[in-house]
Amino acid sequence: MSPRFLLTGLLAASALAACSGGDESLDQTGASPKLPALDETLVPPMKIAKPQGWNGEIPTVPKGFTITPVATDLKIPRQILVLPNGDILVAEGSGGHAPKSRPKDVIAGYIKSLGKSSVKGGDRITLLRDANGDGKPELRTTFIKDLDAPYGLALVNGNLYVANQGALLRFAYSDGATSIAGKGEEVTKLPSQINHHWTKSLAASPDGSKLYVGIGSNSNIGERGLSLEEDRAVIWEVDPATKASRIYVSGIRNPTALAFEPTSNMLWAVVNERDELGAELVPDYLTSVKEGAFYGWPYSYWGQHVDPRVHPQKPDLVKTAIAPDYGLGSHVAPLGLSFASGTGFPGFAEGAFIGEHGSWNRQHLAGYKVSFVPFAGGKPAGKPRDFVTGFIKDGRARGRPVGVTYDAARGALWIADDLSNTVWRVTGPTPLALASPVGPAAGQK
Amino acid sequence: MRLATQSSMNRPSMSRRSVHPLHAILLAFPIALFASALLSDIIYLKSAEMQWSNFSAWLIIGALVFGAPVLLWAAIGLFRRRRNPERTRALVYFLLLLVMWIAGLINAFKHSQDAWSSVGAAGVALSIVSALTALAAGWIAYSGERIAR
Repeated sequence: MSPRFLLTGLLAASALAACSGGDESLDQTGASPKLPALDETLVPPMKIAKPQGWNGEIPTVPKGFTITPVATDLKIPRQILVLPNGDILVAEGSGGHAPKSRPKDVIAGYIKSLGKSSVKGGDRITLLRDANGDGKPELRTTFIKDLDAPYGLALVNGNLYVANQGALLRFAYSDGATSIAGKGEEVTKLPSQINHHWTKSLAASPDGSKLYVGIGSNSNIGERGLSLEEDRAVIWEVDPATKASRIYVSGIRNPTALAFEPTSNMLWAVVNERDELGAELVPDYLTSVKEGAFYGWPYSYWGQHVDPRVHPQKPDLVKTAIAPDYGLGSHVAPLGLSFASGTGFPGFAEGAFIGEHGSWNRQHLAGYKVSFVPFAGGKPAGKPRDFVTGFIKDGRARGRPVGVTYDAARGALWIADDLSNTVWRVTGPTPLALASPVGPAAGQK
Repeated sequence: MRLATQSSMNRPSMSRRSVHPLHAILLAFPIALFASALLSDIIYLKSAEMQWSNFSAWLIIGALVFGAPVLLWAAIGLFRRRRNPERTRALVYFLLLLVMWIAGLINAFKHSQDAWSSVGAAGVALSIVSALTALAAGWIAYSGERIAR
């Protein structure tokens, strides 16, 4: 009897929460997104798009472009790396070991699980080889196995770097290899206690001398205790030669993808901002990563807007917080970032592709697409445009995009979809040399 | 049945049971758990140590789970005594439990908010309401008058 009582109360309270639906027309993209007043509700608005397969259908791409499912039945594909010979590496896994500290963790965890794949993470990297570029790989192998929730990938000077959820590993790579044995060399451990946000994103500087690792916060807003937030919500700079690491920027809640902008050689990140302040707070963002900067978390958001949920507050620290460069919209959950270059994608030649996993903390679904932020002179120039859509159909999710990787040499965008466990490939009107190997610099993010 | 009634009438009033033993046991939980939640809320507000807020959240859920059958039982008791001199007392008992339980439910959601918002002035106020109404309901239930047997 009592669970039914609780459920009735839960439903009644959800109905209350649903009333604060927010304002869908609010413009929250670009350099200065509109920020409404704080709207904390007793029950956060939750809307989960229940999964449903593609059933042979495919996402929608702009006219003239083609999208193809290159690999299916993967085990939670997250991020993709294109090797110099055109081979595709797919990191598969699902991490985190946060305890259920209070009743909410049990209930919210269950509700969120309804919008995810039930497949267990592969803890591996899969290699796909499609030498003739027909979208049907001739070879599919387990490239590295027995990993621990691998996410970020980078190839630097003949070494493959894999960011597990608890360590940065190095594997020697030789051209054309189809598998690598062994556990790899540990470059550095990464903060992994609890791992509320477990993904460790990775990018290498263009000269290969430094690696950057995105390390998410250990909570939404410090509700697991601020002592667990040491070395969290930061981007580390790692020197692969000496294995030394240091905090490069801080207060950056969950930097889920990092990439270097090719014209300016600046590091950029997409970041997932905090929940439960309303349907239009806080906008997730795309930002250039300025060394030494503090982006506010947990004390403030979008610069110096104070979050009342943190105690004790730190007004002096908040005064040093800087606002990010570009809002992507609230709760869109950007998990992928890759820059366009070259001539392969007419109309999308300069800018950032962003994989938006999609929302749970608002009634009106947001994200669930790959968008494109046009750039000029190494900076955002204009509003985001939809690039790949159709992940939602009739309120149900057919897929959820995560990592995106643009291969300039071959004119292809690779998309990891961790709901339908598919890797998608988008090609332009005139595919470039899909079949031929190209120089060693290609394909690095 | 008749015999039992007669024998109880002959006994001193102290020995009359006001509530069924199972009802009494179930009621003991919200009394103890809401009072404990109030204490852990106060410690959280003084320490800002999240674990105390987590304790409160579990204590409140426990109080609601055990309190729900007590509330239902009291509602049935009230219905059966609607034309009975014990009616007023049964009504007060039921209303105390109702306020206790609804304040507890709202407080469970309050405690599901994150960090400092999980308690705050509203959370501790609701904890006071639930703890006091639970104690008052216990006072009535355990004082020997027939209300929900």
